[in-house]
Amino acid sequence: MLTDAPRIVTARLEHADSHSLERYLATGGYEGLRKALSMTREAVHDEVNAASLLGRGGAGFPAGRKWSMLRKAPTSYLVINGDESEPATFKDHLLIERDPHQIVEGTIIAAYALGVDKAFIFCRGEFALGLERLTQAVNDAYAHGALGASIFGSEFSLDLVVHPGAGAYICGEETALLESLEGKRGFPRIKPPYFPAVIGLYGEPTVVNNVETMSNLPWIVLNGGAVFAALGQGSSTGTRLFALSGHVKRPGWYELEMSKTTFRDLIYDPSLGGGVRSGHELKAFIPGGVSAPWFYPEHLDMGLDQDAVGKAGSMLGSGSIVVMDETTCIVRAAWRISRFFHRESCGQCTPCREGSGWIEKILRRIEDGLGREEDLELLLDACDNLAPGLTWPPKQTTICVFGPSIPSSIVSGIHQFRDEFLLHVKEGGCPLPPDEVRHV
Amino acid sequence: MARLSPENLHRAEAIVALYPERRSGLIPICHLAQAQDGYLTEEAMEDIAKICGVSPAEVRGTASFYDMLHTEPVGKYVFAVCTNIACMLAGAYEVLDHAEHRLGIHPGQTTADGMFTLEEAECLAGCDKAVCVQVNHRFFGPIDQDGFDRLVDDLTAGRLDDTVPPHGVLSRVQRQVGLPGHQSSERAEGATA
Repeated sequence: MLTDAPRIVTARLEHADSHSLERYLATGGYEGLRKALSMTREAVHDEVNAASLLGRGGAGFPAGRKWSMLRKAPTSYLVINGDESEPATFKDHLLIERDPHQIVEGTIIAAYALGVDKAFIFCRGEFALGLERLTQAVNDAYAHGALGASIFGSEFSLDLVVHPGAGAYICGEETALLESLEGKRGFPRIKPPYFPAVIGLYGEPTVVNNVETMSNLPWIVLNGGAVFAALGQGSSTGTRLFALSGHVKRPGWYELEMSKTTFRDLIYDPSLGGGVRSGHELKAFIPGGVSAPWFYPEHLDMGLDQDAVGKAGSMLGSGSIVVMDETTCIVRAAWRISRFFHRESCGQCTPCREGSGWIEKILRRIEDGLGREEDLELLLDACDNLAPGLTWPPKQTTICVFGPSIPSSIVSGIHQFRDEFLLHVKEGGCPLPPDEVRHV
Repeated sequence: MARLSPENLHRAEAIVALYPERRSGLIPICHLAQAQDGYLTEEAMEDIAKICGVSPAEVRGTASFYDMLHTEPVGKYVFAVCTNIACMLAGAYEVLDHAEHRLGIHPGQTTADGMFTLEEAECLAGCDKAVCVQVNHRFFGPIDQDGFDRLVDDLTAGRLDDTVPPHGVLSRVQRQVGLPGHQSSERAEGATA
């Protein structure tokens, strides 16, 4: 059902100038920071713990617990992950372009709670306008006294640097992001240590948090963690910004109360997705970015809930939902997702670097009508080499989770639509050739 | 121009000063060099190496990892047509095919007159406006075949000069301030906004 939950991170977006300092201040901006500075660091941390705020980047780890893991050391850093690149995810892009001050304020609050005096926002390089707006927001925040020495007259000082990425999906993986921030190739680091809170940027303890996670903090401080936690259900508290795309009438971003809103609401409610495009029906949907196993019409009544989706064998991940109607060729969809993984594999680990290429080639030949029946088993075998047992969550064969995420779409496709794969083989080509550009 | 200009060398020093370690300036300064020349010249990579305290080979080795950093010249306008899942469902490959015919080049190539480079892009986070196309990292969408033609016409006629800066110019806003007393507080000259 649709609830009357407040809009927490998108409240300001109805204004065309939502990115400006003037609008931000006129709509309660930096009040959360002022309140935080009047509290002890521990009290701010307690509010975030009370909110049970799950990280909004994709892994869904509780933000407050991540903060608690920060190793005590003379120097430590806070790094905000704004390298949004998971296919079909566009929520951070929205927040960066349309409400950069909210991210900056959240970052300052987090830095205060953590006691760090140097923070970085790693912004995806392709977001040129976003980089301009974030940089302007930081300039304006300094001029306003919200950044720099003695913030708002307090004893807390913070320097915040906006760092531009340069185009590499893997830099969204937090240790690759840190390597990139150090001026190197975006190669994920070998684990353990599992958390940058132990060894992070320049070898120092570092907290890496997502842009949307930061955007929630001003509201949580102002309204209290308990009020945030009262929204949603179980471990999925608060609201979340969902990105809906594919064959729906109204693709776009929707901030919804977690758990209580279902996939059916998101896709079909007239005020949200508005349903599958006219004259067509749902075939499958991806519930949380292309690394997630697919869902089908029978999953529609499940809540947008991290635990529920996890138990059903997939993940809410980055909060991006891709709708595919009956005209979608499953082989082509799986091929395109595999192509993405092949192009973006960083190349460090053999199963991922080679496996992604083999899988892409096999899917391509099936789509082109050159496939063989045994290719289905070959595909599953290659997937099994990446994620032994093909379980969910996948078993790890590589340095990071990128490699074991590759099988998701292929295994989903073959399990649910084996006949469609076989039809490609028997008919010597795709039974669902792409039609003209399909406007929904 | 191939060496970093005196103004950009000064700017590069200001960038390096923002970070605890000089090498962190490498990618931001690569963007700065591209804003100057459109791509990374040999000479610029040597300058960047010196500024960041690494070898020129390390600059090239790092830059070559990233899609946005070019070690060869590219066109005045770089088209990035997203063909990832959400855009593919909206007809991205048909748009890309059309773009190849219209420009007479394949993805990865530049037109003979140096005006246009075409790239097949991975998801650009513009999926609600599929098919999503970027020109010099500025967003356009939804774009169909006709929309692509109009985009080419508008760019050729100079009608989008205000919204689409020259290739390589990533951010027209520069950082202005830092911690007082800190090296980075020095007001960078040559900033445009």
